[in-house]
Amino acid sequence: MKENNNIPNISADKFTLVGSDRLSHDVKFDTKPRSYIHDAFLRFCKNKGSVVAAIVIILLVLFAIIAPWCTPYTVGYYDNTYLGTLPKSKLFANTNFWDGCSKVKEGQLNFSYYYWMGEELNISNEGGVGHYAIKNQQYEQTDDNFYTYRLDTYHMHGCQYLQMTPERYEMIQTYQDETGNQVLYPTLRVKDRPTDMHFQKDANYYYVTKSVNGKPNPVLDANGNITPAYWSATAENLNDGYHSLRVEGQDGFEKDGETYFYVYSRPVAGGDVEVRLNYYEYYKYYHSYELKDGITEPSFLFGATAEGKDIFVNLASGARFSFIFAICIAAVNMFIGAIYGAIAGYYGGITDLAMERITDILAAVPTMIVITLLKYHMMESSQILILFIAFIVTGWIGMASSTRMQFYRYKNQEYVLAARTLGAKDSRIIWKHIFPNALGTLVTSCALVIPSMIFSETSLTYLGIIDLQSGNITSVGTLIAVGQPKLREFPHIVAFPSVFLALLMLSFNLFGNGLRDAFNPSLRGTEG
Amino acid sequence: MYMFKYIMKRIGLMIMCFVVIMLMCFVLIKLLPINIQGAPGATKDQLLFEMENRHYITNLQYNADGHIVSYDTVPIMEQLGAYVTRIFKYGDFGLGMTMPAYRNRPVLEAFTTRLPPTILINIYSSLIGVPIGLALGIYAALHKNKWQDQVINVIVILLISVPSIVYALLIMYVFCFKLNWFPLRMEAGYDYFSWPMFKSMLPAVFSLCLGSIAGYARYTRAELTEVLTSEFMLLARTKGLTKGQATLRHALRNSMVPIFPMILSEFIAVLSGSLIIEQMFSIPGVGQLYLMSINAQDYDFFMFLSGFYTLVGLGAGIITDISYGIIDPRIRMGAR
Repeated sequence: MKENNNIPNISADKFTLVGSDRLSHDVKFDTKPRSYIHDAFLRFCKNKGSVVAAIVIILLVLFAIIAPWCTPYTVGYYDNTYLGTLPKSKLFANTNFWDGCSKVKEGQLNFSYYYWMGEELNISNEGGVGHYAIKNQQYEQTDDNFYTYRLDTYHMHGCQYLQMTPERYEMIQTYQDETGNQVLYPTLRVKDRPTDMHFQKDANYYYVTKSVNGKPNPVLDANGNITPAYWSATAENLNDGYHSLRVEGQDGFEKDGETYFYVYSRPVAGGDVEVRLNYYEYYKYYHSYELKDGITEPSFLFGATAEGKDIFVNLASGARFSFIFAICIAAVNMFIGAIYGAIAGYYGGITDLAMERITDILAAVPTMIVITLLKYHMMESSQILILFIAFIVTGWIGMASSTRMQFYRYKNQEYVLAARTLGAKDSRIIWKHIFPNALGTLVTSCALVIPSMIFSETSLTYLGIIDLQSGNITSVGTLIAVGQPKLREFPHIVAFPSVFLALLMLSFNLFGNGLRDAFNPSLRGTEG
Repeated sequence: MYMFKYIMKRIGLMIMCFVVIMLMCFVLIKLLPINIQGAPGATKDQLLFEMENRHYITNLQYNADGHIVSYDTVPIMEQLGAYVTRIFKYGDFGLGMTMPAYRNRPVLEAFTTRLPPTILINIYSSLIGVPIGLALGIYAALHKNKWQDQVINVIVILLISVPSIVYALLIMYVFCFKLNWFPLRMEAGYDYFSWPMFKSMLPAVFSLCLGSIAGYARYTRAELTEVLTSEFMLLARTKGLTKGQATLRHALRNSMVPIFPMILSEFIAVLSGSLIIEQMFSIPGVGQLYLMSINAQDYDFFMFLSGFYTLVGLGAGIITDISYGIIDPRIRMGAR
């Protein structure tokens, strides 16, 4: 349209603006504009439960990230003696809680086994912490001739017989001289060991026993004390190659007018020696002196599994894997679902119908079938890859349908029509104009999908269909699966993974619900 | 008539969906080499004879370790034809191959012996879960925003969020180990209605029903609170009904509209059961059979059970949708 400037006879200066004195402008807002995200955030913060859940999630994530660095143990670590050891924290060592001990009530025989074990292993530790199997050697005798005491699962293994090369034997002695810790204890002649089949290898019968009902019972003297059955020899007959700390004192002991020394090793076939050692001290020696892997003392914060693995680091590593895995899958699913849903929702009609049938069929396939078929076809490849693909094959459908719904809602709105009238291409309308509206829903469904993903992963590893236990990776489901058969003896093995899983799912659900409400503008103001 | 057309359309779509899925499954399975473990000491010819009698088209060979394996040389479409013919002509879904307990036994027979425990456990769980869930939901709705409602809400959120693995473990530890009320494993044998058998099923039943209790409670509460605030409730009170009468005759019946299909579909889904619960409590059910067949790579079993699970899933979905339409005349989905 051309501006009409050539009006004849009227000069421009004769025109005046009507009401220039009462020209009104919009008042500038004093308040700050509130963005969609900011608004959502504020509404999210009003929901106390969700905020708490968010904090719990952050803590769990931090645990998963930081925990493996806080402990010298690794996922691959295991110990053959500390099986099912109870949780112990050094902070609580002097309390009756979280001290690695369990309260037991047992008969005379078991009690005396642990009692005399502690009595022996405490000999050399003047002023130090005794290796008491019964915590602080405190016990109560009940009326029905039972004993109640706290059994320390870290010290209950006492001594063990171990065969080793003379070089290692020498190394342990050097370690003993350097640190002053008694690792090796006097050994026994084979004929002095218990005669009962199952107890011959038990190094904790260092005293005279007699067999009753197939079990060795200690032979007590008049004062109620045991008689040590150590192998002893005079200085000239001593050829065990031992020159370190001695339980009996460096000068030996007097017997029948002669000086005797205890024998600390027994030669066995192949030039090796069999020694009797305190396993707790040996563990310290083995890890700090021989392996140098940073482990100073056996102390499992969450206890050990029935295979002697550290639960703390296994759980953290499983959690870390779960988190990373779930987030990766959610991202990929969101990407695929957004594109698919956008196309189906925007174009509609036949395209939509065809695409919907595909999703219908895919959605009806049980996940178990997908995973099993993938597992059969990809026998050689990594289990993580199988799991990854399996979750993607059907996982994106939910995202696609929620995107599609949002597109149906927005594609006929006036502003989209305006954009199209101005000549915007389809791709521009999809991504610049409609998609941002669907983003809130997508993010929410991501948050809601993550716990279900972690749950599926856990159940699949629990059922043993997917085996993630390789190298430095484990999973919460595997932990539960290996702990379940030992539920009766070692409930703590499944307790920690279960609590973790329950907390995680609970907080993710609360968090997701809060997020959904926060991103739903129609709920604005309804909370009051 | 519209309803009939709608139902037909849904069933047609379901069958199509099912056929496509099974076709994909079949092709993907037939692409794999089959590992056959016949009866101990069975020679190639014996196995071949046995299988040809059952209308298999196979090509048995000894591999390097002396095991008998089969690499099919017949085109997959022909195999499909044979498979479908066998099913419809002889009702033969194949033979067990690798699982020691089911070697050379018909798939269908193994399946039918395994079905009762699964169904029983799920029916018991529904029988316990539905009334308790509905009762909790109704109670919470009637005491909306009071402390009773809050308590029920917390319980429901806990039960819904916490995975069934966790509370199954808890139930196992507390009831089976600490209190010693129930045996750990299900009783052996086929005497499904005896007291010891029932007792041994209970831990699994409890673990199964907790989740559905929470689901029903949440759903009922939401529906009932919505109905209770609607205008016809006011009318009902105005015409002189007491609160109890109004709730029972008007609110409850209306709120049942969306809940009833849920219950119905759950009764369909009783067939499928829960893999985790069956594994954890050693229930000799279909789920355990499925897991065993997956781990042993028994393809006939896998194929049959996959079809079963897919069918149950699809069927439950359809029943829900259709019953919505039948129960609630306002909905009649897809009618026009």
